Amino acid sequence: MVPRLFHARPRGVHPDDRKALSAAMPVETLPLPSILRVSMAQHLGAPATPVVKKGEAVRRGQRIGAASGFISAHVHAPTSGTVKAVQDAPTLSGPPAPAVDIEPDGEDAWTDLQPCPAWRNTPAAALVERIAEAGVVGMGGAGFPTHVKLQPPPEKHIDTLIINGAECEPYLTADYRLMLEDPQRIWTGACIIAHVLGVERVRIAIEDNKPDAIAAMAGVVREFKGDAAVVSLETLYPQGAEKQQIRALLGREVPSGGLPMDVGALVENVATACAVHDAVLTGQPLIERIVTVTGTPVQRPKNVRARIGTCFNDLAGFCGGLKGAAKLIAGGPMMGLAQPSLDGAVTKTASGVLALASEECTAFESLPCIGCGRCIAACPAGLVPAELSLYLEAEDYEAAAACHVMDCIECGCCAYVCPARRPMVQHMRRGKAWAAARSRSR
Amino acid sequence: MVIGGAGLVCGAALAFAARFLAVHEDPRIEKVLDILPGANCGGCAYAGCADYARAIVVDNAPINLCAPGGQEVIDRLAAFLGVASQTRERNVAIVLCGGDDEHAGRKFDYNGIADCAAAHAVAGGDKQCVFGCLGYGTCARVCPVGAIEITPQRIARVHPDVCIGCGACVDACPRHLIRLVPAERRIHVLCSSKDKGPRVKEVCTVGCIGCTRCTRLAENEAIRMDGALAVVDYSKDLESEAVIEKCPTRCIVKR
Amino acid sequence: MNPQADPRFVVSPSPHVHSGVTVRRIMLDVVIAMLPALAVALWFFGWNALRLVSACVVGCVAVEWLCRRGMRRDIGVTDLSAVVTGMLLAFNLPPTLPTWMAVVGCAVAVGLGKQVFGGIGYNPFNPALVGRVALTISFPVAMTRWTPWRVPSPLSIEAVTTATPLGAVKTALSSGEPMPYAFDGRTLLDFFLGNQNGCLGEVSAAALLLGAAYLLARGWISWHIPVTYVGTVALLAAAVRATDPAHSIPVAAHLVTGGLMLGALYMATDMVTSPMTKRGHLVFGAGCGVLTFVIRQWGGYPEGVSFSILLMNACTPLINRYTRPRVFGHGGRSPARKTTA
Repeated sequence: MVPRLFHARPRGVHPDDRKALSAAMPVETLPLPSILRVSMAQHLGAPATPVVKKGEAVRRGQRIGAASGFISAHVHAPTSGTVKAVQDAPTLSGPPAPAVDIEPDGEDAWTDLQPCPAWRNTPAAALVERIAEAGVVGMGGAGFPTHVKLQPPPEKHIDTLIINGAECEPYLTADYRLMLEDPQRIWTGACIIAHVLGVERVRIAIEDNKPDAIAAMAGVVREFKGDAAVVSLETLYPQGAEKQQIRALLGREVPSGGLPMDVGALVENVATACAVHDAVLTGQPLIERIVTVTGTPVQRPKNVRARIGTCFNDLAGFCGGLKGAAKLIAGGPMMGLAQPSLDGAVTKTASGVLALASEECTAFESLPCIGCGRCIAACPAGLVPAELSLYLEAEDYEAAAACHVMDCIECGCCAYVCPARRPMVQHMRRGKAWAAARSRSR
Repeated sequence: MVIGGAGLVCGAALAFAARFLAVHEDPRIEKVLDILPGANCGGCAYAGCADYARAIVVDNAPINLCAPGGQEVIDRLAAFLGVASQTRERNVAIVLCGGDDEHAGRKFDYNGIADCAAAHAVAGGDKQCVFGCLGYGTCARVCPVGAIEITPQRIARVHPDVCIGCGACVDACPRHLIRLVPAERRIHVLCSSKDKGPRVKEVCTVGCIGCTRCTRLAENEAIRMDGALAVVDYSKDLESEAVIEKCPTRCIVKR
Repeated sequence: MNPQADPRFVVSPSPHVHSGVTVRRIMLDVVIAMLPALAVALWFFGWNALRLVSACVVGCVAVEWLCRRGMRRDIGVTDLSAVVTGMLLAFNLPPTLPTWMAVVGCAVAVGLGKQVFGGIGYNPFNPALVGRVALTISFPVAMTRWTPWRVPSPLSIEAVTTATPLGAVKTALSSGEPMPYAFDGRTLLDFFLGNQNGCLGEVSAAALLLGAAYLLARGWISWHIPVTYVGTVALLAAAVRATDPAHSIPVAAHLVTGGLMLGALYMATDMVTSPMTKRGHLVFGAGCGVLTFVIRQWGGYPEGVSFSILLMNACTPLINRYTRPRVFGHGGRSPARKTTA
């Protein structure tokens, strides 16, 4: 049992969470902007195919992009208006993908919605169909289409549903505000997912730095008859990462290259549960989300309910503008995507828009590794990032693959603690891209 | 004494091994290897000069694959092996982008691994022009003879007199800007942008704006249009320097 | 051309925030941690300590600067690692060593011990120890010439010695003479505080522990190497003391004399040349402890800390290879595996 001694505690880092900037700000709804740019690549998998043409009038909630393939999701018009353009635009990660520009007409007129209040008596397949129809994807970051997750192969038995309210990324408070302000919707969404999967056990995981969110969720969970509980997790980045959370909560370890369903678990973000609630009970597709607009350069940090497709520029304007921002990030500071400009637009997975002043951001220097081992102590995947980054710096991809670079979850803990300021995550991404290309070609 | 004795015994054993376990190879392979320049550039698509030498002798591989050796090596190989000499055009690499930092803008300050492929993967690269040379020197690092320079204005430039035409840089460039062209072709359109003229003008002052003037000036259609981009047809002679002077953005140069 | 938002944003891969740790900060803290021992050295050795420490620090920084320049690399002396090497080298020198020899030591330490491998991060051996061992081998007399020292509570009549405690013990044991020290509480306390002959920085275990406590608190060293190193020496010393008291010294005497504390706290814990994982630290520390004790007890030299650490430095890549953590999702004893495998 000696090795257990060294693996018992989950590994990770404790970055300054900076959530106080926006945690106390109630969610405000952004007025309709003058233009909305809805990307067709807002989820993991194949981008949706635009099904509207330039000049066409659309209604709020109307499907404007159709899922193309099994792992894909529909995209809907966030408001009523006119399609101004259908063209390629850079996605938040860089490479271009089709996008539909919609000029709102101000009416905000809904398309016909089909509510389903009697979900408890509805067969699971019909509910999954509704969730797929609403274009619900994992809103925690990865954007995996939810309806795909809800149809596990029959040989996989799922016994536990985890609703992820950890929000371990520093700065972000979107999920926190949602849990405080709308716990009932989250809980109903969770019940729907549990009903679809036939799961008896539901766990709501929240980090212990959010006691009021824990209390709010516990208040609604109390009325549930089955085995449901709110679990307080130790505050440790990345406890919100799916596999790390499953281990912290259930003591089960998802095998390398596997999925949570391989260990009988399913993890859904709180915002996703909320979207499932809307999709089933009101028939509303996923066309808006809560975005935390924060960072010291933001004049008035806020939690904003914004339409999908809202330009970051409009968000920044709503929050008093930016002053002295050196870096703009879609998402949190640990895993978010740095943006070249304010031209990006809100997607289903964009939980935050973060601006950093130059003295706050990392400057990578790629100094030689001094072998301090801090990255090893921090790596939640149990890798040796120091060694991997040396291999990858020398472009020895074979060696990196042999050292399990594919098990890297790109959480950024290694780069966060590295005194030599090495761009570890970028190295890992290159290694993973190479290894993925190799396994495809085999 | 003991150590000396052990050394003697081991030495004798090694000498025996060398004599009796030696791999008997065609002696011509070594001679061919001597003729080859020994750059080990891999331009012939074999794993180094020794591998190519073996292929020539054992598998009758063509003798005109060695880029660094040029015509002289082909002639010597032909004489040694007693086969007809073949000809080989000397090819050199050219980076088809002229938009350095003086002429083409950057859209953000990139901070990460100093490598073009890595930079290209972060928000699509920091150059405003999505086709242009990023200038992080991936091509220069793979060049076996150091023929590629990254200028102070951060663009890759091949020195044709040093280039051996091995093509390693062609595969290394993530934006596919490098081509191998016959060495005697000196006139190039230094642009690879498929964008239309107005967009090119926005991001670069030396990009091809697709005005088609050069295609009319060039003799026997040596410059053709590929969409909004003028492309030199390197299989045809192009001597007229009028195209250089008449290009409104000066993206046609002689090198 | 259309210059965009001015000034332009910085775009980099994630993460976008950093813990703030830098190599320079770590090195600065190591320098700070060595200040108590430096103060003790100045107290006991006075001018000689000042002379050798300044010579070594200036020498190492100068050699580093020259090497970086000569190799046309970025001038990397601002990371303070050469200052640390210089101080550690000076700590490992006898107080009477001529300045020029110390400078030769600097050249070997930084030139051959570090820069030929490519500079900080690439050196397999602790540079200060490379310098010290090179000097020990090249100038054996000068490296073992100690100042006369009043011995606290001696057994023999002589109250002044020109040997280190470990050296005196070794001489006594090999010549069959009686032990030179009483090793009573008072002697040991004197030794612990630094009242003994020896190299500049090694005499006071108390000052060294104080500095190490700072490094531990800052998180730059872990307890694993020092504790296993000193613990292994203590364990072996206790075993030998129990079986052969006539030819051994008490456990406590092992701990407060010679370079054990300096080595275990400051040199075996060098990040570059020690293993990277905690488990590796345990192996490394134990290996250093065994080698040190074997050399002290049965070897030709009175002290074996430098050689032990250098030998274990050579094993570091191997230790790193065999003490990698278990990768998440690969095997292990997690109960969930039983249900899923």
